[in-house]
Amino acid sequence: MSARLFILALMCAAGLTRAASAQTVPLVADLENHLVAITTGFTGTNVLLFGATDGPGDVVILVRGPGEDITLRRKERFGPIWANADTVEFRDVPSFYSVASNGEPEDFASFRLRERYQIGLENLRLTFEDQGLSADVQSEYRDALLRLNQDRNLYNAEIGRVSLLANRLFRTELHFPANVPTGIYFVEIYLFRNGDVASAEIVPLSISKIGIGAEVYDFAHKLGPLYGLVAIIIAVLAGWAAEAAFRRT
Amino acid sequence: MQIYLPIAEMSVNIFLILGMGGAVGLLSGLFGVGGGFLMTPLLIFVGVPPAVAVGTEANQIVASSVSGGLVHWRRGNVDLRMGAVLTVGGLVGSGIGVALFSVLRGLGQIELVISLSYVVFLGAIGALMFYESVNVIMRRRRADPRRPVIKARGPGRHTWIHGLPFKMRFRKSKLYISALLPLGVGFLVGILAAIMGVGGGFVMVPAMIYLLGMPTQVVIGTSLFQIIFVTANTTFLQATVNQTVDVVLAILLLIGGVLGAQVGARLGTKLRGEQLRVLLALIVLGVCLRLAFDLVVAPAEMFSFGDAGG
Repeated sequence: MSARLFILALMCAAGLTRAASAQTVPLVADLENHLVAITTGFTGTNVLLFGATDGPGDVVILVRGPGEDITLRRKERFGPIWANADTVEFRDVPSFYSVASNGEPEDFASFRLRERYQIGLENLRLTFEDQGLSADVQSEYRDALLRLNQDRNLYNAEIGRVSLLANRLFRTELHFPANVPTGIYFVEIYLFRNGDVASAEIVPLSISKIGIGAEVYDFAHKLGPLYGLVAIIIAVLAGWAAEAAFRRT
Repeated sequence: MQIYLPIAEMSVNIFLILGMGGAVGLLSGLFGVGGGFLMTPLLIFVGVPPAVAVGTEANQIVASSVSGGLVHWRRGNVDLRMGAVLTVGGLVGSGIGVALFSVLRGLGQIELVISLSYVVFLGAIGALMFYESVNVIMRRRRADPRRPVIKARGPGRHTWIHGLPFKMRFRKSKLYISALLPLGVGFLVGILAAIMGVGGGFVMVPAMIYLLGMPTQVVIGTSLFQIIFVTANTTFLQATVNQTVDVVLAILLLIGGVLGAQVGARLGTKLRGEQLRVLLALIVLGVCLRLAFDLVVAPAEMFSFGDAGG
């Protein structure tokens, strides 16, 4: 941990000198690493984000996962049983969303700004495939999508804590749960000053499956028939081996 | 200790899965059933997506039926000709089953169909098994060893079934019946196997005894023989069409299952058959009730995600 802190301090210092030498850069930030590897033993991880500002201000950090099209279904009662009935599709929904800040965004960013930069789950923009849906239906499905993703720990309604040191250095831990979707993430860092965005930076973060798990997944999706054959061969051999082993005893 | 399942895309406790494999293996060793009808619902209960549970279970059953089938093969309890006819029906059935599975998944109704199939089949078979074994126990209580325990409705009776065309001789089963019968049985069980993620032994064994009139000693070996091919076909098609076979999960289930089955088979020789069957009937009815309960009770969450790309 102390090694990590030391590196952090070094990097922040580097950032500061960069900021100082080029007066035009009021904000620098980076991630401890740009790759999260989902291995066979993956149970979630934290990624350290650190940076520096050129003076007082408030920092907001948004993490957004790759967009995907989502289908939501609603259950209805059919006689004695409950079954899926209506379906609504969303376009390009972020697969992950979290916010962190050193304070409450309401205190330093106007509603319009929070809406424009999609700060806070309530300001996340969702696009419906079918534009003709009534406002009631839209808000119902919108709430459901946010709720389901919060239940899966992929959307975070709570604002994470950013620690700010001497109005210059900031750091936070970005948490990613075990079921985090893979793809290219964008970490957006905003510096708010005098009720407006003074500076912004975007840092990409790649989350991908690594090792046996990734290879199995690729194999299954790219070469389905061959994967199926291999699965059968493994099973036949295992069954035969088990019978042979227990026949001897 | 957690392990990441690459196709199910979730982390599970490795000992939970091994334990489940072991427990279901123990039951299958005890009762001589495949256990797919217990394992698939269990996998769904622990959060494995139903489509992955079904595809993976088919893969695991290939292994357990190879292992069990070999034992019966060595004892000469497989009617190859009957098995081949059943397999032809089963291959067609499982092909249609996988296609149906894919369509239902796209419509968002696959979970409902899986649950409903389980409720219907587990309910019917559990109730029959319970009724029959309780009857046997009651008769034993009345202590009349001369009275026949089970009335076998085997060959010898002539019904419309014997008027069907395309008759074939099955020497080992001592039968001369229409090939349409085993073809039809194999076909229906193939569809069930693909949709429910089971081998189908729990439907096929009664069908072979009561409908085809096969002698009991060749029934299990022949049914296992057919199950190997049908579940292999299902595994192949599910992997090709739906990409829902998780080999990591299948291997974990296998390890637990193989060990459990051996322990179960040894335990089974020390326990009385009827009591065992009552116990199995109660387990089957329990799983059935749990699934029925979930279908009928108003869900806490009305919304759910549709399968991506289904």
